[in-house]
Amino acid sequence: MSDASRVSGGRPGQATDTLTRKDFASDQEVRWCPGCGDYAILATIQGVMPDLGVSRENTVFVSGIGCAARFPYYMNTYGFHGIHGRAPAIATGISETRRDLKVFVVTGDGDALSIGGNHLIHAMRRNVDLTIIMFNNQIYGLTKGQYSPTSETGKVTKPTPEGSLDYPFNPVSVALGAEATFVGRTIDNERDHLSAMVERAAHHEGTAFIEVYQNCNIFNDGAFDAVRKNEANQIRLEHGRPVRFGAHGEHGVLLSDGCELEIVDVEGAEPADGSQPGATGRRVAAESELVVHDAHREDASLAFALSRLSHTPLGPTPIGLFRQVRRPVYGDELARQLADAQLRKGSGDLQALITGSDTWRVGGQRPPSPTP
Amino acid sequence: MSDKAVQQLATVTIRFAGDSGDGMQLTGNRFTSASAMVGNDVATLPDFPAEIRAPAGSLPGVSGFQLHFADHDILTPGDEPDALVAMNPAALKANLPALPTGATIIVNSDSFTKPALRKAKYDADPRQDGSLDGFKVYEVPITDLTLRALEGHDLSKKAKERSKNMFALGLMSWMYSRPLEPTIEWVESKFSAAPDLVDANVAVLKAGWAFGETTELFDHRYEVQPAADLPPGLYRQITGNLATAYGLIAAGQLSGLPLFLGGYPITPASDVLQELARHKNFGVATFQAEDEIAGVGAALGASFAGNLGATVTSGPGVNLKAETIGLAVATELPLLVCNIQRAGPSTGMPTKTDQADLLQALFGRNSDAPVPVVAAETPGDCFDAVIEGARLAIKYRTPVFVLSDGYLANGAEPWLIPDVAGLPDLSADVAFAAARHGDDDSFQPFTRSEATMARPWAIPGTPGLQHRVGGLEKADRSGNISYDPENHHRMTMLRQAKIDRIAQDIPPLAIEPDSDADADVLVVGWGSTKGPIKAAVRRVRDEGHKVAQAHLRHVNPFPSNTGAVLRRYHRVLVPEMNTGQLRMLLRATFLVDAVGYNRVTGLPFSSGELAEAIRSQVHQPHEGVEAT
Ligand SMILES: Cc1ncc(C[n+]2csc(CCOP(=O)(O)OP(=O)(O)O)c2C)c(N)n1
Ligand code: SF4
Ligand SMILES: [Mg+2]
Repeated sequence: MSDASRVSGGRPGQATDTLTRKDFASDQEVRWCPGCGDYAILATIQGVMPDLGVSRENTVFVSGIGCAARFPYYMNTYGFHGIHGRAPAIATGISETRRDLKVFVVTGDGDALSIGGNHLIHAMRRNVDLTIIMFNNQIYGLTKGQYSPTSETGKVTKPTPEGSLDYPFNPVSVALGAEATFVGRTIDNERDHLSAMVERAAHHEGTAFIEVYQNCNIFNDGAFDAVRKNEANQIRLEHGRPVRFGAHGEHGVLLSDGCELEIVDVEGAEPADGSQPGATGRRVAAESELVVHDAHREDASLAFALSRLSHTPLGPTPIGLFRQVRRPVYGDELARQLADAQLRKGSGDLQALITGSDTWRVGGQRPPSPTP
Repeated sequence: MSDKAVQQLATVTIRFAGDSGDGMQLTGNRFTSASAMVGNDVATLPDFPAEIRAPAGSLPGVSGFQLHFADHDILTPGDEPDALVAMNPAALKANLPALPTGATIIVNSDSFTKPALRKAKYDADPRQDGSLDGFKVYEVPITDLTLRALEGHDLSKKAKERSKNMFALGLMSWMYSRPLEPTIEWVESKFSAAPDLVDANVAVLKAGWAFGETTELFDHRYEVQPAADLPPGLYRQITGNLATAYGLIAAGQLSGLPLFLGGYPITPASDVLQELARHKNFGVATFQAEDEIAGVGAALGASFAGNLGATVTSGPGVNLKAETIGLAVATELPLLVCNIQRAGPSTGMPTKTDQADLLQALFGRNSDAPVPVVAAETPGDCFDAVIEGARLAIKYRTPVFVLSDGYLANGAEPWLIPDVAGLPDLSADVAFAAARHGDDDSFQPFTRSEATMARPWAIPGTPGLQHRVGGLEKADRSGNISYDPENHHRMTMLRQAKIDRIAQDIPPLAIEPDSDADADVLVVGWGSTKGPIKAAVRRVRDEGHKVAQAHLRHVNPFPSNTGAVLRRYHRVLVPEMNTGQLRMLLRATFLVDAVGYNRVTGLPFSSGELAEAIRSQVHQPHEGVEAT
């Protein structure tokens, strides 16, 4: 077999100790608008790459169409800039057949959730070995500012002069609903958080989906400011820890009797503004009553409930790893079936296959006589 | 052996028809197998409803299987059946219009009940109202005789009745002197887990034969001698879809590339995906995607990664794949797209044939996006057409369309099994670009081979060749994104020239052997019409007229001598199961005044109608200038 033979169960891995961030930058001029959040994401991801332990030639970035989707051109790895929405499909063909490669998908909110919504959810439920990074700017950037499936209802854009009528998707909820085995959320300019998320996602076996809040300073400036610029609104999820947030951890999340998550003030923690817990009318609860985040629960209900704490990023919003569970990886299972078939039946014999068992000879032996 | 008189026939066409639950496809297939085993040439035309189970006994639920067998090489599944087996009134009603006067009709008389007649929309019993005058009608109580043959068998009445198709098969086997052994062997292996079913089916099969032998209804039977003019060798029966699947597996083996098939179920193409899924030990990976777009997307991704990426679909699926095929044109990566054409537009008639996706294959993408097109001619030829498609895809780094159709897909013919050693070696054309070491960043993914104009296939995992491909226009050589006007013009011309150049790498258009060198009329076709056209040309030549035939296997690009061939004849007739797609291409490309014969019924052409079309051309006066 050729170089392309499938590496069954093999994982990408090759020392990259000697490589630096610069080695992962291509020679192409980056062409996003000055000030675009995409720059920070690119720089951070280029910075993470040497730590992943995967060589440049074993790394593939696949994308669809959009501002975000230009990403592969800027990486000195293999890259496939696909067509609008179809990156998960193209990446699936690469990942399924080449277990020796590390495959990333970079996509936008329109690319992933509008035209490509179908491919996205199916890649996730299959658990194809892909790290999918969705730059959510709640707008169509490349086509100059139309509302997207994550834009808030009432969004005024050129095709919606009176405001959009659509109810938006919450990407994390979508991913959880689509059975993704790794779901996280991070922010373009939170370098450490973003690089930690990307690194964890890249090491996950199966589909990892990360939503990145990305500022489009041209068509949707400040869409995430309530969260991006106000750390107090970032509910940082940490596995095994009670869900708390605020400068002094003065707020927390509690599972109410009605089986709903509720934001409460935490007993004994002084709110940053110097007021008393409960002063805003919120319930006051002891830390021991708070929900303890369990990212590895098989059941996704709690992760889903956390994703519903903020449907739009205007108030306290969970950031971090919502869920990470193990499930068989599509490409590994396919490789196993291929290997099993070879073990069971031996390598295929083409002549035997096309000959089959019901044959007859012309110009030789007599045909069978017609008797019952 | 029989005591009854035996009449020799050269060629016979019979049709089995019944309810979709009556097992008519199976009956037809077994009869075909036995006929092939006797050494006859055979051609088949299964004709089944799109509904899995239309209401029992209804007209839409009728399933038919026509087969033509002969003592010489035959080219079509037969124009008109010599004999019809009708298992119920609906089957009789649906098929009667196809029968010529004098044809034999065998009806299951037990099925002609009042309710069944009503379901078939018969006001009166056709056996009594004169509808069947002029036919040789045999009324056989098939259901009753089946039940009687199974007296003492421990099966439910329903299960017993279900084997009545075996009675029909046994009776027809007697009538046309077909051996029962191949069917018995088949029954034994099929029901090996249920010996009581083996016993029952064999008992009924033999009862059918014995009935023919003993009943006074029939005073003689027929024999069709083995076909003497088939090329010698080892044969099997094959359908177009099976040959397509084998062709794909062979293409993988011959190129040394792992085959990746991304598909989505669609009639009449699903068999191919399903067949391939059974052969993983050939390194064949199959992937049933969420839709056709994802199927071809994954196939293209797989090609990028160094597999032979392929997708198999039908017209509606091709619509969805169009954008990705354009991406494959832009990225210049190998990709095989097999379209098993069916009648349209839109959902059309999923189980009926058509050859109306030719222009879609050539032009069904935005902008100038040329794609080679190879068309299969017979069921067995699907094997070679796919290998040829793969050869072009790999060698020229391009998507390639391979066109089959519903008639080829489900039709069967005896197939001279190819010797694998004689198949083309596709591995040399793979030639993945070699690794580069050191700090050499100068890899240029859009340089081209002198000979083929193909660009390097640099697969991920190869050190030093990191590069980016995509749908944005690329600069010649460097492959960087380019909006330069002159570059876009140059790249457009290069992509076109690469495909045009394939004309030098395919056989010239040949005049078929059974043609008159000095004919006035040339009949040109493509795809599955080859057999019917050939049969029609034969007929018209037998009448003493001069006719020539040529058939295009490569429809894009055309063989380089195509224009010269067309211009040698006064008249060019282009029969097509569409409104004139090839004709339009030939007229536009070569400025010849080709005329069409165009009919779209969902069924293959009959040689009779084509002979008529050819005659009308032969009889036209010369418009030549030689005045006398
Ligand atoms: C088939 C198709 N339809 C429409 C477009 C036009 N188009 C390009 S990008 C885009 C939206 C991109 O939005 P998003 O995915 O959010 O990416 P962003 O530019 O915001 O990063 C659209 C509609 C296209 N390229 N292809
Ligand atoms: S349009 Fe918005 S998303 Fe696109 S590059 Fe400019 S700032 Fe970034
Ligand atoms: Mg966007």
